Amino acid sequence: MKILVGYKRVVDYNVRIQVKPDGSGVVTEGVKLSANPFDDIALEEALRLREKGVATDVIVATIGPADCQAHLRNGLAMGANRAIHVVTADAIQPLTAARALLKLIEKEQPDIVILGKQAIDDDCNQTGQMLAALWNRPQATFASKVEINGGAARVTREVDAGLETIEVDLPAVITTDLRLNEPRFIKLPDIMKAKSKPLETIDFASLGVESGDHLKTTAYAAPAKRSKGVMVKDVAELVSLLKTKGLV
Amino acid sequence: MSKVLIIAEHLNGKLNSSTARCVTCAKAFNAASIDVLVLADAVDAIAAEAAAIDGVNKVLTIANPANAHALAAVYAPQVVAAAAGYSHVLAPSTTFGKDLAPRIAALLGVAQVSDIAEVLGAHQFKRPIYAGNAIITVEAPATATLVATVRTASFAAAGGGGSAAVEALNVSAELPTHTRFVELQQGKSDRPDLQSASRVVSGGRGVGSAENFAVIYKLADKLGAAVGASRAAVDAGYVPSDLQVGQTGKIIAPELYMAIGISGAIQHLTGIKDAGTIVAINKDSEAPIFEIADIGLVGDLFVLVPELEAALG
Ligand SMILES: Cc1cc2nc3c(=O)[nH]c(=O)nc-3n(C[C@H](O)[C@H](O)[C@H](O)COP(=O)(O)OP(=O)(O)OC[C@H]3O[C@@H](n4cnc5c(N)ncnc54)[C@H](O)[C@@H]3O)c2cc1C
Ligand SMILES: Cc1cc2nc3c(=O)[nH]c(=O)nc-3n(C[C@H](O)[C@H](O)[C@H](O)COP(=O)(O)OP(=O)(O)OC[C@H]3O[C@@H](n4cnc5c(N)ncnc54)[C@H](O)[C@@H]3O)c2cc1C
Repeated sequence: MKILVGYKRVVDYNVRIQVKPDGSGVVTEGVKLSANPFDDIALEEALRLREKGVATDVIVATIGPADCQAHLRNGLAMGANRAIHVVTADAIQPLTAARALLKLIEKEQPDIVILGKQAIDDDCNQTGQMLAALWNRPQATFASKVEINGGAARVTREVDAGLETIEVDLPAVITTDLRLNEPRFIKLPDIMKAKSKPLETIDFASLGVESGDHLKTTAYAAPAKRSKGVMVKDVAELVSLLKTKGLV
Repeated sequence: MSKVLIIAEHLNGKLNSSTARCVTCAKAFNAASIDVLVLADAVDAIAAEAAAIDGVNKVLTIANPANAHALAAVYAPQVVAAAAGYSHVLAPSTTFGKDLAPRIAALLGVAQVSDIAEVLGAHQFKRPIYAGNAIITVEAPATATLVATVRTASFAAAGGGGSAAVEALNVSAELPTHTRFVELQQGKSDRPDLQSASRVVSGGRGVGSAENFAVIYKLADKLGAAVGASRAAVDAGYVPSDLQVGQTGKIIAPELYMAIGISGAIQHLTGIKDAGTIVAINKDSEAPIFEIADIGLVGDLFVLVPELEAALG
C-alpha cells in the first residue's frame, strides 16, 4: 500500500507574524520556516502504518519554491521513502494545490492520501476536502484515530459535537487533527541517510494544472488590539468589577 | 443582486445557531434573497426553525435517509445541484461547514473563502490568517458562484419572528456509498454549548488533572457558563477534544471569558479575541494572558476559584 503525504512548509508556529507597515503583506524575510505541524502529524501517521506493515511506501510531496528541498529532506529524515517537489515560485491557493496534488495522485496511484487539516499560515482548511472532491473519493477530515481494515479505513474525527467515527472505502483522503499522534523527532544519522533518498522535482508548469487562484488579497492589516486591562488584588475586587459590568 | 443559499447545520433534529449567524452575514451583502437549504432524513422540524429566522426568504429541503448524518461526500453533490442560480453559497465555519464547503467549491470549480469575519461587499471580505496575527482583505470574482464559510463568532445570530415558505426540493444527484457513518460520541452535558454560550470558563494545563477540572466545572455551573479548555489541557486528557478553544479548535465570542491556568499562547488567544470581557487567573504575573485580559488576578487557582465560586453566592 502506498501513502502520499502533503508536506507543506510554513512560518514556524512560534513566530509572531508582523504585518508590513505599508499593508502590502506580512514580514516573512528571515523568519523561521518549519513543516506545517499538521503535516508532521500526517507523515507520522503514514510512517506508523508502514511500521505496522499496512503500507510499504510513504511519499512526501510539497508544492513550493525552489528552496523547499531542505524541508523535504526533513520529511525524508523523519522516514519517508521518497519525496516529490513540485516547484513554483508563486503562492498558490488551495484549489490549485488540490489540482496539482491530483496530478500526483494520477501518477502515483496511492491508496491513502494524508494531509493536514489546515496549514497554520493561511488557515484555509480546504485542500484535503477539495482534493477528495476532484478525485471523486471519500474524505475523512480532522482525524484523531485511523484504523485500516483491508479496503476501508475507520476514522474517528474531532467534530464540534464530540467524536464522530466514519468508515470510508479506499482510496481516500484523510486530514489530520492534533490528537492523532505525536510526531517523532529526527535523529542525526537519519539526516545523513536522507541525503541519498530519492527526491524528484517536477516543474509546476509541466503538470498542466489550471490555476484555481481566483481570490485576490488586496490588503493586510494588523488585528485590532484589545485595550490594556486592570489587575485586581483579590476575589472581592474581581466580583465587584464583574458586577459593575453587569456580567454576574 | 446577490442570491444567497445558506446550508443549515443541525444535529438531533435541532437547528444550530450557526445558521442564524450566517443569515446575519448574508444580510450584510444587501442580498436580493436569502434562502436556507436543509438536508436531513427528517426535515420538517429543522425547516420550521429555519423558516422563523428573520431575513430568510425561503427554506428548501432535501429529505433523504442518506442525509441522516452530515457526510460531506453525500451532501456536496446535492448542494451543487441546489445551488444553480445562486450567487453565494454559505456555510458556518464550524467542523460541519469546514468539512463540506471546500468539497462544494471544488465540485463547482471555484475557490473558497474561509472564515469571513467582516463583509465589505458581496465579494469583498476580511478574514484572519496566521492565527489572527494578520487580517487580510480578500476579493472574489463576481463572475463565479462564491462559496464561503462564515466565522460564526464575528456575527450575532439573526432574530426570530420570520415566516419563510418551506419548499421540498427534488434534486438529481448521484450519492456515493463509499462513506458511511458509524457513530457519534457526544459528551453528554447539560451545560450551555461552547460555541454560542454568553459565558465561558476555560481551564488550562495549570489545572493539572481531569479530577481537578471539577473546580472549573463548579464555577461554570455557578455562572451558567459553558466549559472550554486550552490545547494543553485537551492533549493531557483532562477534558474531551470538543472543548478546545483556539486557532485549531473553536473560535468563540462570549460576553464573559474566564481563562484559568492558561498561559495565553497566540494559538489560544486567537480563539477568544472577540470575547467581551476576558478574565484571567494565573499564578504567574508574567503570563502573556495578562497582556490581553480585561481583568487579571494573580494567584493559585485552587485557592481563588473556589473562593470566587463561593463569593458568587
Ligand atoms: C502572505 C502569504 C505568503 C505566501 N507565500 C507563499 C510562497 O511564497 N510560496 C508558497 O508555496 N506558498 C505561499 N503561501 C501559501 C499558499 O498561499 C498556500 O499554500 C495555499 O493558499 C494553500 O492554502 P493553505 O495552505 O492554507 O491550505 P489548507 O487547506 O489549510 O492546507 C491543508 C493541507 O493541504 C496540504 N497542502 C496545502 N498546500 C500544500 C502545498 N503547497 N504543498 C503540499 N501540501 C500542501 C497540506 O497537507 C496542508 O496541511 C503564502 C501564504 C500567505 C498568506
Ligand atoms: C499547530 C498548533 C495548533 C495549536 N492550536 C491551539 C488551539 O487551538 N488552542 C490552544 O489553546 N492551544 C493551541 N496550541 C498550543 C499552544 O501553543 C499552547 O501550547 C497551549 O495553548 C498552552 O496551553 P496552556 O496555556 O493551558 O498551558 P501552559 O502554557 O503550560 O500554561 C499553563 C499556565 O497555568 C499556570 N498555572 C499553573 N499552575 C497554576 C495554579 N495552581 N494556579 C494558577 N495558575 C497556574 C501557569 O503559570 C501557566 O501560565 C497549538 C499549537 C500548535 C503548534
